[in-house]
Amino acid sequence: MLDFIARRLVAIIPVLTVVAVFVFLMLRLTPGDPAAVIAGDNATSDQIADIRTKLGLDEPIWTQFAIWIGDVLQGNFGESFFFKKTVAELIAQRVEPTLALAVCTLVIAISVAVPLGVLAAYRQGSLLDRFVMGFSVLGFSVPVFVIGYVLIYVFAIELGILPVQGYIRIGVDFWGFLERMVLPSVTLAVVFIALIARMTRASVLEVLNEDYIRTARAKGLSNRVVLMRHALRNAAVPILTVIGLGIAGLIGGAVVTESVYGLPGLGRLTVEAVLSRDFPTIQAVILLFSVVYVVINLLIDISYTLFDPRIRY
Amino acid sequence: MSQAKRPVLEVRNLSVALPSGADRALAVEKVSFTVNPGEIVCLVGESGSGKSVIAFTVMGLLAKALKPTSGEILLEGENILAADESRLRELRCTRMSMIFQEPMTALNPVMTCGQQIDEVLDTHTKLDAAARKAKIIAILDRVKLPEPERIYASYPHQLSGGQRQRIMIAMALVLDPVLLIADEPTTALDVTTQAEILKLIAELQEGQGTGVLFITHDFGVVAEIAHRVAVLRWGELVEMGPTEKILSRPEHSYTKMLISSVPSIHPVHRGVRKDGITVLRTEKLGKTYTGAGFFQKARVVKAAIDVDLDIRKGETLGIVGESGSGKSTVARCIARLIDPTEGRVFLGDTEIATMSAGKLRPHRRRVQIVFQDPYRSMNPRITVGDSIIEGPMNFGLRRDEALARARKLMETVRLDPNSLDRYPHQFSGGQRQRICIARALAMEPELLIADEAVSALDVSVQKQVLELLDEIRVRLNLAVLFITHDLRVAAQICDYVAVMSKGRVVEYGSAEQVFGSPKDDYTKALFAAAPGRNWEFGKFAAA
Repeated sequence: MLDFIARRLVAIIPVLTVVAVFVFLMLRLTPGDPAAVIAGDNATSDQIADIRTKLGLDEPIWTQFAIWIGDVLQGNFGESFFFKKTVAELIAQRVEPTLALAVCTLVIAISVAVPLGVLAAYRQGSLLDRFVMGFSVLGFSVPVFVIGYVLIYVFAIELGILPVQGYIRIGVDFWGFLERMVLPSVTLAVVFIALIARMTRASVLEVLNEDYIRTARAKGLSNRVVLMRHALRNAAVPILTVIGLGIAGLIGGAVVTESVYGLPGLGRLTVEAVLSRDFPTIQAVILLFSVVYVVINLLIDISYTLFDPRIRY
Repeated sequence: MSQAKRPVLEVRNLSVALPSGADRALAVEKVSFTVNPGEIVCLVGESGSGKSVIAFTVMGLLAKALKPTSGEILLEGENILAADESRLRELRCTRMSMIFQEPMTALNPVMTCGQQIDEVLDTHTKLDAAARKAKIIAILDRVKLPEPERIYASYPHQLSGGQRQRIMIAMALVLDPVLLIADEPTTALDVTTQAEILKLIAELQEGQGTGVLFITHDFGVVAEIAHRVAVLRWGELVEMGPTEKILSRPEHSYTKMLISSVPSIHPVHRGVRKDGITVLRTEKLGKTYTGAGFFQKARVVKAAIDVDLDIRKGETLGIVGESGSGKSTVARCIARLIDPTEGRVFLGDTEIATMSAGKLRPHRRRVQIVFQDPYRSMNPRITVGDSIIEGPMNFGLRRDEALARARKLMETVRLDPNSLDRYPHQFSGGQRQRICIARALAMEPELLIADEAVSALDVSVQKQVLELLDEIRVRLNLAVLFITHDLRVAAQICDYVAVMSKGRVVEYGSAEQVFGSPKDDYTKALFAAAPGRNWEFGKFAAA
């Protein structure tokens, strides 16, 4: 097991190397000059060239890469072109809203989707089942920003029970924080509820035909125990896989959701950095997302062993 | 003492409807029988006879599509057909319990065996955790599992099939129910394990005075365990009576037919000729599997060791053995479906064990296999005609020639040649196995391998397929390698028998010699475990 974790952690290195090279090259091979963005519309070409020299952009591309990688390996992600701060500071400032949004979304998604999926499987063909399936199709197909604006219109504008947008730090005012997290998390959760509920339903349906479910019923156990203890745990592995994949999708969803609700998180930072061609920030954020993604998948793989004793690494 | 006289289970006039569109209206039609305390009643029948439906109706576990339409099921006088779900839950495992056919899948893989039995006690009793644990350890001990403490903490996948079935029995009997329903509980087990489980069930039920409703298709098992027998056909109970009477003086023609279909365990003498040309010879054939892991110790499994066999034209060689004995491995090595790791295989004069895949291809035609499960060994999306002609056409026959051959073969296996354009699901299991035989014969092989080819078939169908195989062997002067776990089948169809255990051939000789005077201890144990070995089925006393 420890051996497995060690090997998987080592495997992160080539993944990050590929990501680093790819991001670095993509940014420099696509049109758009950060120096021009910083200098503004009325700058002369001499001014722009000055800025390029200052940022180190006039060096050959491989030299730039070597300098950057060297810095990164020492834990220095450089200074943002645009925000006049170190990238590390910038990310530290922006990480809380995104983390909060991700956690709230997952909590809502899992606690709604899993019971819904189990119930839909148990009452296959019933009205509830058809509702859950219909909701799933809707959840998949309606874009995140549409859901966001509809929720804002209904709950913030018409009913006036929740704030339209904005963010309060969790340490400053916990209730204010919660109030402002509700709509963004629900917005982002919709698509995950759809995804997880469908997978839960399919997975549980398959398990319900297994012989040991019949055994459990022959023991005189109640339906609730049969479903939650015997069926769900056996159905867990594919559900966990989908949750793992979902977390990757969450990062994309966060970009849109944070923009709709004005949350100062990493998603919006990414958008701003891309628009202003802020190379160091983009590179760092993408590296960070890759690490998170790989680590979460490792955690998911490890969690399989909690649910299924036959899985051993 | 009136309590003891009352039957534990009375089924009166029970009918269960099948969903519309099924091949008949009722799965079970007006069936009545009783099970008394301390009695083992066997429900016998072929597939589709409704025997399992009756069992599930009693437990209240019928699939939603099946509906009981009339009758009563009295458990100690209480009509449980009218009971609601919560009352049924109370009764399950306390008054009536059930064990199932497949011990490999009947237990929840993600819970320990102890937890799974504990659930029963936790649901139905008010015992505290310590008392429950003590009771579980005691029942594990009673079903003769070694080291109950270790078994308690084990997951099902860490136990053998026989051990898992013991767990199921322990779970079923932990609360001393009055009725135990056993649905083919030994069918999936090896014959020696089966003998142990049958003995265990008989001992436990006798000790507790439990009534047992035992469902089986195997008359050997019936002879071994039943006090009374009920014979079912297409949902109707055709005959019921004490075991001895049903087996030796059956009245109904169906019962007679069924019992006479049971192959005898005494081999038929048909004169071994020893003059045919040797078709297949193996020399020190071996197959070793190595489970290679990056960091794990390499696991070595020797599936076959030093196997020397030979088969001549017109002869049937049987390989018998329990699961894991290596009999299928040998068959697969001979057909080069897997590559042997040691030794040589001569097909005629050609050595094929080490031949490269390309060179081997022309020789593929010469060895053909019929597999165990006719439901899964045919591609469901292509017609049986296309299945049969695919091989010959691959070896250069024109389509019309291949079709003509297929039509002739359909006649050989006694099927309508006009049904070549139908799909496998339109045939019954026995018919499918005939098609598989036709498919193998279409290649005009020198050696036909039948790998448990009749094991999945009902006994009456099995008899027909065995007769067909033997007829084809004689007519085509074919060499047949017959792999089976069923000693009765082997006794009937084999000229020579090789008994395998743990990868080795432990005894090899003519069928008469091996069955008549076995020398090896393992062979003796195997024969001793064969259920109903003391019965000569089908020799009925004059009624």
